[in-house]
Amino acid sequence: MRQIPLGSMLIIGTMAFVAIFAPWLTPHSPIEQSLPDKLLPPFWEEGGSTTYLLGTDIFGRDVLTRLFYGARVSLMVTLLALTVGGGVGLMLGIIAGYVGGRVDAVLMRVVDAAFAFPTILFALLLAVTMGQGMDTLVIALSLFLWAGFARVIRGEVLALKQRDFVALARVHGCSPVRIMVAHILPNVLNTFMVLLTLNVGVIIVAEASLSFLGAGVPPPTPSWGLMVAEGRGKITSAWWLSLIPGIAITLVVLSFNLFGDWLRDRLDPKLRQL
Amino acid sequence: MQRYILQRLIHGIVLLVAVTAIVFFIGRLTGNPVDMMLPEDATEEDRVDMIKRLQLEGSVLEQFQVFVADAIQGDLGMSIRYRQPAADIFFSRLPNTLLMIPPAMILAVVMAVPLGIISALRRGGIIDRLSATIAVLGISTPNFWLGIVLIYLFSVTLGWLPSSRMGGPLNYIMPTITLGTFLVAGFMRLIRSSMLEALDSEYVKLARIKGVSEFTVVWKHCLRNALIPVLSLWGVFMGGLVTGAIVTETVFAWPGIGRLTYEAVIFRDYPLLQAVIIMDAIFILFINLLVDILYAYVDPRIRFE
Repeated sequence: MRQIPLGSMLIIGTMAFVAIFAPWLTPHSPIEQSLPDKLLPPFWEEGGSTTYLLGTDIFGRDVLTRLFYGARVSLMVTLLALTVGGGVGLMLGIIAGYVGGRVDAVLMRVVDAAFAFPTILFALLLAVTMGQGMDTLVIALSLFLWAGFARVIRGEVLALKQRDFVALARVHGCSPVRIMVAHILPNVLNTFMVLLTLNVGVIIVAEASLSFLGAGVPPPTPSWGLMVAEGRGKITSAWWLSLIPGIAITLVVLSFNLFGDWLRDRLDPKLRQL
Repeated sequence: MQRYILQRLIHGIVLLVAVTAIVFFIGRLTGNPVDMMLPEDATEEDRVDMIKRLQLEGSVLEQFQVFVADAIQGDLGMSIRYRQPAADIFFSRLPNTLLMIPPAMILAVVMAVPLGIISALRRGGIIDRLSATIAVLGISTPNFWLGIVLIYLFSVTLGWLPSSRMGGPLNYIMPTITLGTFLVAGFMRLIRSSMLEALDSEYVKLARIKGVSEFTVVWKHCLRNALIPVLSLWGVFMGGLVTGAIVTETVFAWPGIGRLTYEAVIFRDYPLLQAVIIMDAIFILFINLLVDILYAYVDPRIRFE
């Protein structure tokens, strides 16, 4: 058995903590500008001060504060996208697997099509037509997720359908909806949980990439991807602007991926091939 | 075989029509492109002018008919920012992307194939664990950020490589690494798992019982069969390639399709973005068709399914 990934859990815990308690952890505002203090380096560099531990950006906003609030945005978007995209995938996967026949054939064709076509293009299109915002971002990220969930869950349901307890429920006179909700659903929840954790990292990277491309939450709301994008032009003079948020993304995503791997091995080892 | 190809072709055309329709209707139903693109102080006259220019007159269905009729003749609308036909801009940028992708693909293959094979042969060994670490780092590092780190290291600090745009061979190094490493992780794990499966199969056991040398078993019997699932997951890699190209070209100011997509987004150039997506779809479906044919060629079971 693998070891419990303590380091990963610590980093995830820290991220959740700063996201929830951001306003109480820092005296600065993530949005208000303070131009006299602009482009200060982190405290260990020459010219840095302990008032702004990780330095300030081109508008004089504290990088650490924006990082905290960015964690908030990232987590919120990720949770919403996982709920919407994962939920839709779970539902369609159960329906396709249990109902079978033509419904299954059509749904799986759509899933194949969703895999064949890069969803990022639809995400960018949505950002242009609907405008940037949290809702657009959540819809776009849900598009990334649902097909993968639907495919795996359907596979599980196909196997479950053959089991005796489903046949018994049917003999007992349960309606198909009741069988799906009361008998099939609880049995795929383990897999669903594993898929959720394995996808947290994917979604954080996707969110950061979309924000980087100008299709995420609109500025001045802090988001890690947006911070990297804003700092990119200042890379020669102010490295901390884009390198620090990138380190945060990588650490958090790495932690979620390692944690997800561990959880998969605990709960559902047969998903290892994914 | 011909029936199979025809079937795949029809499948591709249906998908293309579906993508076109989705792209078109997303644009019309989720918001008004005119409001998105007009400046805030636009007059009513500007508005009417833009509606005419974007062919937004009449009902949505009428607009779609006009759009499809034009698209078939190669007219995908005018870019707002460049004031040129969107299809022309696409084709003028296309060669630059086609120059950038092969080195990255080669890098990904050169890294992924040996590492994947060795990981499978020496399961749990040092190389296996190392490549697992590379893989998890690879999927955890956003590749736009990796590109920026490379620029910081090799352009800003060391001054060895040019940080952006096209030019000599040196300009290719960082984009190749950025895009290549983005592809390598998934590729490597896939080769590893399909190699493991092949090594476990009956025909490998038989070959070993016959006394075939280990070299022939691995390279001839296993690898050939292990590459088939890799081919079947090509579609997923195409998605990664498009995403990777958009981000990489944006970071390195590479004047290709990816950068064009980014420009269309930040300038809210809706007709251009729409055209780029449809052209991308045509390319992706065409390549998928080729891969499907190749797949059926190397694995005869597919043809007779």
